[in-house]
Amino acid sequence: MPNERMDVEALREDPLEAELPRRNMVINLGPSHPAMHGTVRTHIELDGETIVKADPEIGFLHRGFEKSCENVTWTQCLPYTDRLNYVSAILNNVGFTLAVEKLCGIDVPERAKYIRVIGGEIHRICDHLTMVGAMALELGGFTAFLYAIEARELLWDRVAEQTGARLTTTYTRIGGIERDLPDGFLGRLADTLTRVAELREEIDRLLTRNRIFLDRTRGTGVISAEDAVDYGFTGPCLRACGVPYDVRKAHPYLVYDRFDFAIPVGERGDNFDRYAMRMEEMRQSEKILRQAMEQIPSGPVILDDWRYVMPPKPEVYGSIEGLIAHFKIVMEGVQVPKGEVYAYTEAANGELGWYVVSDGGGRPYKLHVRSPGLPILSGLPHMIVGSMLADLIPTFDSINMIGGEVEQ
Amino acid sequence: MAKAVLDALVAKFPDAVRDPYTFRGDEAAFVERAAIVEVGGFLKHDPAMDMKLLLSVTAVDYLGQAPRFEVVYHLTSLTHHHRVRLRVKVPEEAAELPSVSGIWRTANWWERHVWDLYGLRFAGHPDLRRLYMPEAWQGHPLRKDYPLRGRQPQTPERDIPDLIRGPGPQPRSFDQVFPGRAPRR
Repeated sequence: MPNERMDVEALREDPLEAELPRRNMVINLGPSHPAMHGTVRTHIELDGETIVKADPEIGFLHRGFEKSCENVTWTQCLPYTDRLNYVSAILNNVGFTLAVEKLCGIDVPERAKYIRVIGGEIHRICDHLTMVGAMALELGGFTAFLYAIEARELLWDRVAEQTGARLTTTYTRIGGIERDLPDGFLGRLADTLTRVAELREEIDRLLTRNRIFLDRTRGTGVISAEDAVDYGFTGPCLRACGVPYDVRKAHPYLVYDRFDFAIPVGERGDNFDRYAMRMEEMRQSEKILRQAMEQIPSGPVILDDWRYVMPPKPEVYGSIEGLIAHFKIVMEGVQVPKGEVYAYTEAANGELGWYVVSDGGGRPYKLHVRSPGLPILSGLPHMIVGSMLADLIPTFDSINMIGGEVEQ
Repeated sequence: MAKAVLDALVAKFPDAVRDPYTFRGDEAAFVERAAIVEVGGFLKHDPAMDMKLLLSVTAVDYLGQAPRFEVVYHLTSLTHHHRVRLRVKVPEEAAELPSVSGIWRTANWWERHVWDLYGLRFAGHPDLRRLYMPEAWQGHPLRKDYPLRGRQPQTPERDIPDLIRGPGPQPRSFDQVFPGRAPRR
């Protein structure tokens, strides 16, 4: 009504203070946006620069992981597991093979356990370096990113020596691991770890007391411990809220009960604490690695049970039993007993759980992966609603969502 | 330790919790469909259970069996470190069960995951949309009778092999594409 509006205008002392017409703006961040790792679209409603509503939409990278696995043999699932969290592939490989071994009721040789721990902890450092580097990059700290990527490259050189691949390792096998460590590997790994530690401390000096970095991360993306548990957080994001839950301590698997390491715990549950968890966990992982390198025993790296493991090639070509065992495993797959188990390990971003169901055949009847990133991403709206749009970027970095595992 | 959870569940809900068992160290029990919210609330709020962390909700399609679907919940306690698996049978004719997203907020996305991939509806879910697939998608991919191969283009496909628009509905022979011309050897 024009008359009323006129009255209101007349009442205002200063026309510059007049209320401007406004409405909430809806924007799409992603799916193709440099700060949206992978391909996630976040549908955001903004009031000015304040986020009123956020709705992450996933699925652009959905490849039908579970459906693919249900249609190949147990061993053929392994390459698919690499592509879940592609930044720390060995951790996925280890989780999957532990689940199948739990269902089979077999135990792997000691040396294989240590090598799994070594490979897994190298990749855990890689994962955390990626997260720290990407976070620094997206908050404007390009230098720290370069240090992180240099350190990751050095570690990937070791991973390539160990597994033959930098990224998609497919390293473990049901019953052990694919191959033993190459000659002189542990010595080179120790040198690499020393250099990586130097780079890590350099990143620490660049970021941890950096005023700009602190202003962007302190007090943003806060979540309380209670809400984090309710949203299903695990891993560093949960520990940043002050909940000391780590599968390696709570339910030790492989040989983690033999190492002396600490679980870093934060107190505020904000972006900075999640960053600090990663920095401290890298130090702890290095500690685990150095202990594992000292303790590692000699011996076989894979079981000598031809129901689960391919026989050595001389046996395949030299004996009828070896030939038949080889044929059976290749053509029919490992015959996993009927039943269902849930196996869980501590991956870089939290609890990586596998619910596997077997009908007694060579292929999984059902393979469900509980990726740690999915519940954490589902809590993203809770963390950012009410804060500024710019706070979304460090929050999205610090939860370290990996598209491959969240979108399966 | 977790055996105590199963015992307490059976004692508290003698009608709703059936056939508790332990297999390879995992404790599990079958729960009646209508009672899952009640059982979940007990497990979360009872101090002796304290299962504050719902790890995942998923489903299994036992095609050919009488209740065809099964929804599986994995729970753990951060204080007592015990775990339990709840299995809920869901028949195909009434593919719906009560939502537990009012108890654990993480169930919101996991139930969307189950709806998307298995087509089971959750009564009382605040926002039951597909999680991965487009909203207009036909079928639920993880059902055992969903075909492994096939295309369901969300944008119109051209009828020629094309990198952007996809290979089209049918692969075609050289003759169909270039009638009357001999293929170059």
